[in-house]
Amino acid sequence: MCAVTSTPLFIDAVRKRFGAVTAVDGVSLEILPGTCFGLLGPNGAGKSTLIRSIMGRVRPDSGSIRIFGHPVSSAAARADLGWVPQELAVYPLLTCRENLHAFGRYQGLRGEALDNAIAWCLERAALADRARSLVKTLSGGMKRRLNMAAGLIHRPRLVVLDEPTVGVDPQSRNRIFEMVEALRAKGTTIIYTTHYMEEAERLCDTVGIIDHGQIIALGSKEALVAQAFGSRSSVTMHFDRHQADLSAWAAAHSGTSQDSAVHCTVEKPSEIAALLDAASRDGLEILDVTLQRPNLESVFLHLTGRELRS
Amino acid sequence: MMARMIATIVQTGFRSLRRDRVAFILSFVLPVAFFTIFGFVFGNMRSSSMPRVSVLVVDEDKSSASRALISGLLREPSLDAATHPKPTKGNPAPPDYTATTAEAAVRKGEAPAALIIPLGFSSHPISFGPGSSRLAFQILNDSSDPVAAQVLAGMLQKTVMMSLPATMATAGSQYFDQEIGGLTPQQRQQMDAGLAALRRFQDQQSANAAQTGSAAAAKSTTPDFSGFVSVNMRDVVGEKKRSPMISYYAAAVGVMFLLFTASGASGSLLDESDSGALDRVLSARVTMTTLLAGKLIYSMLLAFLQLTLMFLWAAGVFHLDLFTHLPGFIVMTAATSFAVAAFGILLASVTRTRAQLAAFSTLIVLTMSAVGGSMFPRFLMPDAMKNVGLFTFNSWAIEGYTKVFWRDQPVRHLGPEVSVLLVSGFVLFLLARWFARRWESA
Repeated sequence: MCAVTSTPLFIDAVRKRFGAVTAVDGVSLEILPGTCFGLLGPNGAGKSTLIRSIMGRVRPDSGSIRIFGHPVSSAAARADLGWVPQELAVYPLLTCRENLHAFGRYQGLRGEALDNAIAWCLERAALADRARSLVKTLSGGMKRRLNMAAGLIHRPRLVVLDEPTVGVDPQSRNRIFEMVEALRAKGTTIIYTTHYMEEAERLCDTVGIIDHGQIIALGSKEALVAQAFGSRSSVTMHFDRHQADLSAWAAAHSGTSQDSAVHCTVEKPSEIAALLDAASRDGLEILDVTLQRPNLESVFLHLTGRELRS
Repeated sequence: MMARMIATIVQTGFRSLRRDRVAFILSFVLPVAFFTIFGFVFGNMRSSSMPRVSVLVVDEDKSSASRALISGLLREPSLDAATHPKPTKGNPAPPDYTATTAEAAVRKGEAPAALIIPLGFSSHPISFGPGSSRLAFQILNDSSDPVAAQVLAGMLQKTVMMSLPATMATAGSQYFDQEIGGLTPQQRQQMDAGLAALRRFQDQQSANAAQTGSAAAAKSTTPDFSGFVSVNMRDVVGEKKRSPMISYYAAAVGVMFLLFTASGASGSLLDESDSGALDRVLSARVTMTTLLAGKLIYSMLLAFLQLTLMFLWAAGVFHLDLFTHLPGFIVMTAATSFAVAAFGILLASVTRTRAQLAAFSTLIVLTMSAVGGSMFPRFLMPDAMKNVGLFTFNSWAIEGYTKVFWRDQPVRHLGPEVSVLLVSGFVLFLLARWFARRWESA
């Protein structure tokens, strides 16, 4: 028995295996009210399993997940939780209004409350003028916005947005950003997964990076950067081709390699000259060199050795 | 260049098919399975497995000649003759049929025809031409089975030829006396001796049949004789109906397509599973049981509308008397719709993809339709196949609609059909719910 709390999401040592594969390996997490939490991880890291566990669609082997103090399978948790899945989980042969009506009814809304919720969602998703259009006739961006609106129809206090901008045009992406920001402004807690680092940079207060089923980094963007790089800057050097000894060379200079690129860090820009000299000395032909302040992308690369979209 | 492209397209097709194991298996198993089923249903219909015509026999004459005729009918391989109802625990020795009870039994559908051997048959059993003083047999017929009465009439002629040699010879002698002027005393003495021998043979056959007591055991080969009898036929069921088989085929075809429609409608579960809509619905406040119940009711209403349209069409075009049978129609249509809707939900719950659903539903629906009477009238099927048909919705639905539209039976007589459809639908729905656990939390 757990008392109702103001903590939107509390995950305690959740573990889930599928056969021999451990998809989620002892994840613990607490998300604070009114914040936007970015969950980042390469493909196959356990992100989807964790999200589906939060939504009650995957039953963990051990551990527990609570939504505002309620078990995820409870009616109270479902009422507080909204889900915008990666897939376009709407009925293609219904109109926008009919879709929202159906999903509103599934959430227990009816009468005037349902009508108001539909109108609110259509306006937020900029679909009021397409309310009577069949979903199959909408553009990809419109479908995405409707997909998002359907997850918000019951005004949940915690919303899970699972890659909501996949395959949408810039205009629709901006509209989705505006919807997310409007939700935050109203105090809604958001869990946001994405493969676009700039989205996480723009929208998320805190970020968790998951890899091999474990949360390997957790904190604010600034804290993660400081934790990974301190005051150092990131240097990326591209060589003319993939060379077998690049990884050894990168390791010798406290960096990592990926394909024909080497990522290192420097305290001062003047240290770049030493790296260039070393490369020349070792017979490596450099195509270009980039110096940048570390960001989430750098942190992700530093921790996982992979780019987010790989 | 073009040939290589075509070859690549062919190769890609086969590779894809090979890796979709279910589609691969069904591509080859489905036609063989159909062939086997239809071969079993229709291919084995040799004379030995031809369905026997059930006939009720009423003996109003109660003479040695009529008993001999009955024994001949009992021995006839193509007839399943009975002179009295089957004994039950409550009635271990039921009385023989009378004209009234036999007609009532035909009306209730217990047999498609009844034969009445008239009083005085032994005096004028056969004749050799029109205008003679012979009495006519009467066949009471249920015209929804257009075959039974004709088979019975033919078998009656045959049986008379086979089982009444003495009677026929005596009648022949009398005809000879009447038309030629009689025999000399010596000829008469020889004729009487021959007739006496024939009569002993005829009586012995009759006694043997009476001792064995069953039609099946009494079958034996007997020498053939010849003769003629007169038969009057009367439809006692559907005598005022304009289109005897319309209600049968409205139900038969309707149920078959209902099964297809229900399978297709329930396939929306698979579509929603693919699109993620099912996950979204189940992550809301909808439980799996609620979801399946909603799908069931949708399929049921769809099926109800389909059958209603089918019967309205039958009423408009083929003069089916729908509106005076509305209560029975509504009860049967509701029960049938429930059963087929549950069947569709179960198929969708068991299969993984639309392709699997299409393949399985085609296999099962066509098999049920073939065995259950949607493609081939049940009264033409061998008994074994009729019994197998009892495991299909088609047969129970067809029987129920036949009771309503053909026999004009009230709703309370639909108990067996409605019970079977409702109970089996309920069981299928429970099974579907069990299989649908795969869509719940992993």
